Amino acid sequence: MAHSARERTLWSIGLLVVVLFALIPVVWIISLSLKTPATITDQSFIPTEFSLDNYKGLFEGGIAESPFIKPLINSLLIASITTFISIVLASFAAYAIARLDFPGRRLMLAGALAIAMFPPISTVGPLFDMWRTLGLYDTYPGLIIPYLTFSLPLAIYTLVAFFREIPWELEQAAQVDGATPFQAFRKVIVPLAAPGMFTAAILVFIFAWNDFLFAISLTSSDASRTVPAALAFFTGDSQFTQPTGNIAAAAVLVTVPIIIFVLLFQRRIVAGLTAGAVKG
Amino acid sequence: MSARTRSEHRLGWLLCAPAAIAMLAVTAYPIGYALVLSVQKIDLRFPEESGFVGLQNYEAVLTSSLWWTDVFNTVFLSVISVSIELALGMAIALVMHKAIFGRGLVRTSVLIPYGIVTVVAAFSWQFAFAPDTGFVNQLPLIADDMDWFGGRFSSFAVIIMAEVWKTTPFMALLLLAGLTTIDRGLYDAAKVDGASAWQRFTKITLPLMKPAILVALLFRTLDAFRIFDTIFIMTAGAQNTESVSILGYNQLISRLNLGLGSAVSVLIFIAVLIIALIFVRGLGARQPDGGKA
Repeated sequence: MAHSARERTLWSIGLLVVVLFALIPVVWIISLSLKTPATITDQSFIPTEFSLDNYKGLFEGGIAESPFIKPLINSLLIASITTFISIVLASFAAYAIARLDFPGRRLMLAGALAIAMFPPISTVGPLFDMWRTLGLYDTYPGLIIPYLTFSLPLAIYTLVAFFREIPWELEQAAQVDGATPFQAFRKVIVPLAAPGMFTAAILVFIFAWNDFLFAISLTSSDASRTVPAALAFFTGDSQFTQPTGNIAAAAVLVTVPIIIFVLLFQRRIVAGLTAGAVKG
Repeated sequence: MSARTRSEHRLGWLLCAPAAIAMLAVTAYPIGYALVLSVQKIDLRFPEESGFVGLQNYEAVLTSSLWWTDVFNTVFLSVISVSIELALGMAIALVMHKAIFGRGLVRTSVLIPYGIVTVVAAFSWQFAFAPDTGFVNQLPLIADDMDWFGGRFSSFAVIIMAEVWKTTPFMALLLLAGLTTIDRGLYDAAKVDGASAWQRFTKITLPLMKPAILVALLFRTLDAFRIFDTIFIMTAGAQNTESVSILGYNQLISRLNLGLGSAVSVLIFIAVLIIALIFVRGLGARQPDGGKA
């Protein structure tokens, strides 16, 4: 069907608006991070003078002095460990739900849905008290445990949706053709399940990387504070300078890798985000 | 029951157990513990004054004007931002669905806000609107000295903007998924019968998308109701912009008043439960079983 010139123009304008709206805050924070201290309050959208001082400032003094390096390491490790454990546990549960027939299947899915709706603030107080008693306050496990809880529903729903699409008969077919059960699993099932698990892993990682509430409530120092929480505690070089430039630089550093990741795997992420919801 | 089915049942439970325990450990137990804390006077700054006080904490919360202000703020922010997100999300979903060209480009750009840390987005919008660093006040039609964070509703405007920006993509993707399940033949039939584009949207698209819309609304409403990060960064609750989650955080973590804070936590939990029940009613008999459709 041919489209009129007017239709094409309207379309282009619509596209432009969506793209601009999505990009402006990102371009703005990058621009801010490249401004010099003298021009940071010049209110211009594009820097008039470029400098990398804000980035250098973040790494000054090495791991001991820098307000950014340790939180970055914390964020990376906590999000990675959460992702790994969450995907392992969710794979077990999702396999059972997708392939086995047992009473409690529906309960498990309904329960996971209920957890996904649970308000995290309602658990912050008790966890704060419990973690201090158990010695988990301001430690990695102290954050990883609540992240697991709240990422498992997401992982389970995504994986169930993917696992239901896997042609499991292929496993038997491979065994008929002479493969051992382990070979059938490794050469047939793993390659088929890997994309779904990878997608779920991306979603869980982004979830853990993004959390702020648990991170500021259950940590008190750089021992386990993650980047989003650390950003809220950034201070300027002196009490009279705003840490705007440093915050902007740190914000860019934690954002760019995720954006590249999201763009590289966008098809998977879209599939994962909508997998549970549409059919559920 | 045969041995085979019994072993299948056992394997199913065994495989689900670790995930079930991990999910319950940090929800069911703490919410029970919060209930226990909420009927006691427990202030970690004055530990010697602890003791059972019955429903006094709830009475204190429910009779304070701060709680009701925060409830208003939370509901106001949720309703406005979710409404805007639904309208924008639907528009973006329709654009992506009927793309003449540039479908990939739209998808790529809407995923950017999804990938960005909420705190980072909040900082970016805050710096953009701040009178000293921001470019917004340099735009035409906006006063150069507009103090966005100096007033309650101007602060809300910026907060809503940031929330809408961050979460519309999720809404759009869920709605797009719902759109793609509609049989295109229905539109052709309606066209033959002379239905206008608007009629096709209201008589075919909307009714058939009702489940998808309700699911998207449910998730976003509950998510919006727990709003915390954006407000914490932008105003920290100043100018009467506090949400119920910020109130809970302040009582629990800043003031270490576990009794009063837990009462707030329990009340938020009940509010979320009520919202969820209303939506589940709306969804009717649809079961959250992942579907075999």
